[in-house]
Amino acid sequence: MSASVLFDAPGPKAVVRNRILAVAGSLLIAGLLAFSIVRLSDKGHLAPEMWDIFNYSGIRQNIADGILATLKAFAIAAVGSLVLGVLLAVARLSDHKPVRWFATGFIELFRSIPLLITIYAVWAGFLTDYSMWALAVGLTLYNGCVQAEVLRAGVNSVPKGQREAAYALGMSKSQVMVTVLLPQAVRAMLPTIISQLVVTLKDTSLGYIILYPELLNVARLVASNTLVNGQYPYVSVIVVVGAIYVAMCLALSGLATWIEKRGRRAKTGIGTPPAGESALLSGDAGQAAGTAVLIQGDSDRTGGPGTGGGGGN
Amino acid sequence: MKFRKTAALAVAVLALTATACGGKEGSAGDKPGGVQPGASDVPALPKYVVATDVKLDSPTFTTAKERGKLVIGSKADQPYLGFEDQSTKKRSGFDVEIAKMIAAELGFTESQIEWKTVDSATRETAISKGQVDYYVGTYTINDKRKAQVGFAGPYYKAGADLLVRKDDTAITGPKAVKGKKVCSIKGSTPLQEIKKPEYGAQTTELGKYSDCVQQLLTKQVDAVTTDDAILKGYAAQNPEKLKVVGQPFTEEPYGVGLSKADKPLRDKVNDVLEAKIKDGTYKKIYDATLGLSGSEYTDPPAVERY
Amino acid sequence: MNVLLDNFSEFRDGFIGTVSITAVSTVIALVLGLVIAGFRVSPIPPLRWFGTAWVTLLRNTPLTLLFLVTTFVVPEILFPGMSAFVLGSLALGFYTSSFVCEAVRSGINTVPLGQAEAARSLGMTFPQTLSLIVLPQATRTVLPPLSSILIALTKNSAIAGAFSVTELFGWQKLMGEEGYDIVPVFLWVALAYLVVTFTISGVFRLLERRMEVAR
Repeated sequence: MSASVLFDAPGPKAVVRNRILAVAGSLLIAGLLAFSIVRLSDKGHLAPEMWDIFNYSGIRQNIADGILATLKAFAIAAVGSLVLGVLLAVARLSDHKPVRWFATGFIELFRSIPLLITIYAVWAGFLTDYSMWALAVGLTLYNGCVQAEVLRAGVNSVPKGQREAAYALGMSKSQVMVTVLLPQAVRAMLPTIISQLVVTLKDTSLGYIILYPELLNVARLVASNTLVNGQYPYVSVIVVVGAIYVAMCLALSGLATWIEKRGRRAKTGIGTPPAGESALLSGDAGQAAGTAVLIQGDSDRTGGPGTGGGGGN
Repeated sequence: MKFRKTAALAVAVLALTATACGGKEGSAGDKPGGVQPGASDVPALPKYVVATDVKLDSPTFTTAKERGKLVIGSKADQPYLGFEDQSTKKRSGFDVEIAKMIAAELGFTESQIEWKTVDSATRETAISKGQVDYYVGTYTINDKRKAQVGFAGPYYKAGADLLVRKDDTAITGPKAVKGKKVCSIKGSTPLQEIKKPEYGAQTTELGKYSDCVQQLLTKQVDAVTTDDAILKGYAAQNPEKLKVVGQPFTEEPYGVGLSKADKPLRDKVNDVLEAKIKDGTYKKIYDATLGLSGSEYTDPPAVERY
Repeated sequence: MNVLLDNFSEFRDGFIGTVSITAVSTVIALVLGLVIAGFRVSPIPPLRWFGTAWVTLLRNTPLTLLFLVTTFVVPEILFPGMSAFVLGSLALGFYTSSFVCEAVRSGINTVPLGQAEAARSLGMTFPQTLSLIVLPQATRTVLPPLSSILIALTKNSAIAGAFSVTELFGWQKLMGEEGYDIVPVFLWVALAYLVVTFTISGVFRLLERRMEVAR
């Protein structure tokens, strides 16, 4: 574990001190939690009736519909952003200046505008009748740009020899890109790509702005339209929906772990960045690397996945 | 590969929720205390006779006829006005009944109505882009909006009022809100009004009235302002905790929003409203919905044709 | 052009709102992020667990949901009547802190092992090692991801508009409601965000250049 180099194996004094701190820390955290729970239940937010609403089939149906709507928009946006990502990445690496400039401008524009505003503008401007497509297109535009930068970083991280070898075999430019560079880039950046997909999944919740009935939107309606004990069940709904989102995102991150492990088993291509304690973490680190590259992008420094991707173990 | 797994995962999540279904039937939460639209001891809703052979030279009407469905925009979170029960998916309330009444006169049965929930902030867009055929949902007629959409009606005269907690005696009217926190929907008419220096309220701007009412219940804000009809709905839903001050400080004539260009439809809706106000159907609707919340029936203002 | 000139005071308020909520939540996110990162590498297991739980929970929750929590749950736990700006900054700051924490942690990982070992052999304690040796060296690698995290924070502040915070997206919606054409409104708002985000990336590029050392 990387952290252990930061401190010595504790001596007797340190053991005592650490124990005291551990107990104090746990007590403090437990105390805060207990305080919150007591305050909330004092005000009746945690009453059994508040949770009972989830026993009604109508409300379950609502939530199930919301999840389905969320996943639908996510699925379209995931496919769309990956396709757009590949196209933009290839365009940005192109030898033709106008193509490169166009891709760069496109990426910079949509990366700098808040996604909420892009979604709203796409909806109000073009796709008012199709809120699902408006949401998916908005998500695709933004996440496609991010994925493009991630892929570009991945392509740049492929050792130069690979490209040279491919050219030496007489491959064409596009052959080199498609059969040699991109596959390796995808493999190297997989954790980052997947953690960006997690971001995409979370961002479907912005659909509320265009009234797309995704999970969070549905949940808010459930919370505000069901009067329980003279109050609205905001707290219980937030807890339940929050748990659903965390579960969905963790499932997707779990997928990242699994793919990363598989990738490491197969000894071809360049290695994935060494994993941290868990793949979720290395996913994070990978994202940091990916985004790091985004910022450095112009200065032509190639921050491969190794620089930030938890590389220094 | 990745997508197959993602899809498999998605299916798994769905299966999980699907099997979780099949809980209790009916409406979750508090049961309305005796006063419920449709209960035996309260005024019954009128039955609407669906007109046959309606001929109307209106583009909106023609497309609706062709698709066999009438898309009506409405609110979903206003008890006794435009409300959708989240466990039964049933719509109820004054605006909903008015919309159904118009639909019947246009020759659409209840099963041919497709309801669409449209929030205040997106009404103009939804109407002008043809997302809804017409919109009935506490929609105040004003000139700014007339530039974008057409209005039939007015069918009801509301006025901005204040909803406060029942034990609150300090707020007696709009003149007593100086420095108090008043909540309403971002950009709504009463909010613009109460912000003015003569009232001098601090404002909280949220997305839904129910958000505001929840904030009022949890003492985050001191009052909620919007049209009295909406407020009385909430007060009737929760009479133990909330009351309406009863000092309206604006006039809000409610209209039926529809496409600006579609004059034939506008005229038709106006005809329907006039006829139904005259034959007493309108009053029956009122008594069975908004009337339950304690507000007295007054005759609606005359329909304005333009 | 008209849409901007006619509504300039609202636009200015929105711009100031965006900048100020970004600034306040940046401070919250940086402080919390550093502390939590410290927790996650600390010798005390409960703190490590807490750090992990914090990051896992906040990173996997949609920001809008966090806004709902701060608007409807937090005042119930603390006291009623908290300002929307404070609550919004908390939501944004907490959410971003989990990303800052992970950036700092991966930065710590890039500092060569020998550095920490040398510090330890000099008899430094964990807080000393971290604050005097490791973190200053980690700064260089943390800066680029931090820059993009802060840019994301700026953009995320648009969500606060739906929770009673005055900011630029609120202006866009207001203009939409008042019937202005969406395209120029969108462009002006986009331009305003570009100003903020380019400022941030500019500042960070400057910092990076100053921190640059021959390696």
